[in-house]
Amino acid sequence: MRALTWHGKHDVRVDTVPDPEIVNPRDAIIRITSTAICGSDLHLYDGYIPSMKAGDILGHEFMGEVVETGSGSTLRKGQRVVVPFTISCGSCFHCSKHQYSACDNGVPADNQDIAQAAYGQPMAGLFGYSHMTGGYAGGQAEYVRVPFSDVGPIVIPDGVEDDKVLFLSDILPTGWQAAEYAQIEPGDTVAVWGCGPVGLFAVQSAFLMGAERVIAIDHFPHRLELAKRFGAETINFEEAKTYEALLEMTGGIGPDACIDAVGLEAHGFFADNIWDQIKVSTFTGTDRTHSIRQAILACRKGGRVSMPAVYGGFVDKFPLGAFMEKGLTLKTGQTHVQHYLPGLLNAIMEGKIDTTFLISHRMPLEQAAEGYRMFHDKQDEVTKVVLKPGMDLSQVA
Amino acid sequence: MGTGLTDIHRQDAPVTTSKDSGRAAVAAEEMSAPKGDSLIGKTVTINRPRRELYDYWRTLEQLPQFMENVERVEPMGGNRYRWTVKAPAGRTVEWVAAVTEDRPGEVIGWTSEEGADVANSGRVEFRDAPGGRGTWVTATLLYDSPAGIVGKVIAKLFQREPAIQVRRDLRRFKQLMETGEVATGAWTRAQRAEEMN
Ligand SMILES: NC(=O)c1ccc[n+]([C@@H]2O[C@H](COP(=O)([O-])OP(=O)(O)OC[C@H]3O[C@@H](n4cnc5c(N)ncnc54)[C@H](O)[C@@H]3O)[C@@H](O)[C@H]2O)c1
Ligand SMILES: [Zn+2]
Ligand SMILES: [Zn+2]
Repeated sequence: MRALTWHGKHDVRVDTVPDPEIVNPRDAIIRITSTAICGSDLHLYDGYIPSMKAGDILGHEFMGEVVETGSGSTLRKGQRVVVPFTISCGSCFHCSKHQYSACDNGVPADNQDIAQAAYGQPMAGLFGYSHMTGGYAGGQAEYVRVPFSDVGPIVIPDGVEDDKVLFLSDILPTGWQAAEYAQIEPGDTVAVWGCGPVGLFAVQSAFLMGAERVIAIDHFPHRLELAKRFGAETINFEEAKTYEALLEMTGGIGPDACIDAVGLEAHGFFADNIWDQIKVSTFTGTDRTHSIRQAILACRKGGRVSMPAVYGGFVDKFPLGAFMEKGLTLKTGQTHVQHYLPGLLNAIMEGKIDTTFLISHRMPLEQAAEGYRMFHDKQDEVTKVVLKPGMDLSQVA
Repeated sequence: MGTGLTDIHRQDAPVTTSKDSGRAAVAAEEMSAPKGDSLIGKTVTINRPRRELYDYWRTLEQLPQFMENVERVEPMGGNRYRWTVKAPAGRTVEWVAAVTEDRPGEVIGWTSEEGADVANSGRVEFRDAPGGRGTWVTATLLYDSPAGIVGKVIAKLFQREPAIQVRRDLRRFKQLMETGEVATGAWTRAQRAEEMN
């Protein structure tokens, strides 16, 4: 089959690789019909994530048709499914508490050593996201092996087009969980750093959860415009001082809840950010953290900070004093996708949530490397690239 | 016995986590037929009943399902078993070990017979986890330290440090018992077969 493979920093290629097969009883093989490039994939593309190997197949936001099932799968051939990016067993203690991304059994035993050493305990497996998360082949491919297929994938009713449901795989539940973790109360003002897909879904979710106001922060005019369409007020951090603007816009109090949807690739020329960049390039630190620092400083006393953004390693100059003195609450983590799927599919079917607005580019899988380049270089207009393995070049919009 | 052993007994941290150089000797006191001067121990929580886990483990022929370096365990009658373990360059090493302790649903202990190339002894305990959260499975292994000739053989043999091996084997046991399979990133059966070698 054809698949997008990683070879190093800014080097991804569509190669011919072996077709996936049923390896374990609970596996299913999916023929992929739609598969997206994620902001998290850019962290791999930019070489920030350790334990990658040349030839690894990327992709963790995908859906398709079931073509083969193992003896322990509950899926049937021909069903259309969206697959969560987290690989969770469904039967360990954490899965039974719906903490799917903390699953004990998603990662092969040998690979668990890396997270055990770095984090204290191993985490769930992820598709196409380094060997630390299991070394699973991802879904930017024609076919994919899906482990624990009786627990993860959600079956999509006939007649619902891919573009409406594809983002159930990651960014929609991630934006939703981010808003849920902000514990929004009536009258609240919620600030969201980053108007990428995660931030935009967090904006949409925050309003659905009853936020009075949402303030969205980014520097890309087009992305800020999308946030405005959902009713958010906006701050362009290149034109305004974010902390000062947030305080002025909340009568000096600060937002009740702050959501960091930027992560370890924060843009901008802030003194602390440049320091972080120097350290990243000299391997003395792995994360750049401007947005989370700002969120903690701007947040009102006793407020909530929710951090869907991905950070991988150690962080310097984390304002622990401010965090303590102000009595903030921080909630974070990889998304427990499986927990949110039924409810969010319903919301889509009932027309309460629309996700199609986000897709700016649809292209064949063969052009995946170009898709990465565009998403990386032109983030303003390229909000989301969806690859369609079945699409031929004449269909490119 | 070194100094401070009484302290090991006086507090609640398991002896396997002790900083005292005499910890192996203390652990040996707990074993029915201890062999070896280096100690490792690991506990894993498994979301299944104690008896089910004991039964699987007590059928020693099944151990290769999750102990990836063990090729075969064959019953020789009575409480004796022949272990065939993978060694470098496609070779194998064998020894005979006897089950020296066996309380259904609670503990299995074994020790290698005199003359074994690789002297070792171990025990696995099954205890109810607090709060109805399944079973605590604790594996304790005594083996000769890498300083000794036998220890060097072991280290080569296992191709890894025994502590890493035990940790990974316990994770695979947990996966098998909780999910019915052992997790793998392989996406073809050929890749999986290669991993098992
Ligand atoms: N927790 C999870 O399970 C999970 C799942 C998916 C994605 N993520 C993470 O969420 C984050 C966002 O993902 P995305 O797909 O939306 O990424 P993205 O790269 O498309 O969006 C990030 C946005 O942040 C903006 N930004 C950069 N620096 C900023 C700053 N200093 N202040 C305000 N905005 C700034 C960028 O301009 C961009 O629009 C990433 O870190 C991603 O890895 C987490
Ligand atoms: Zn993603
Ligand atoms: Zn689990």
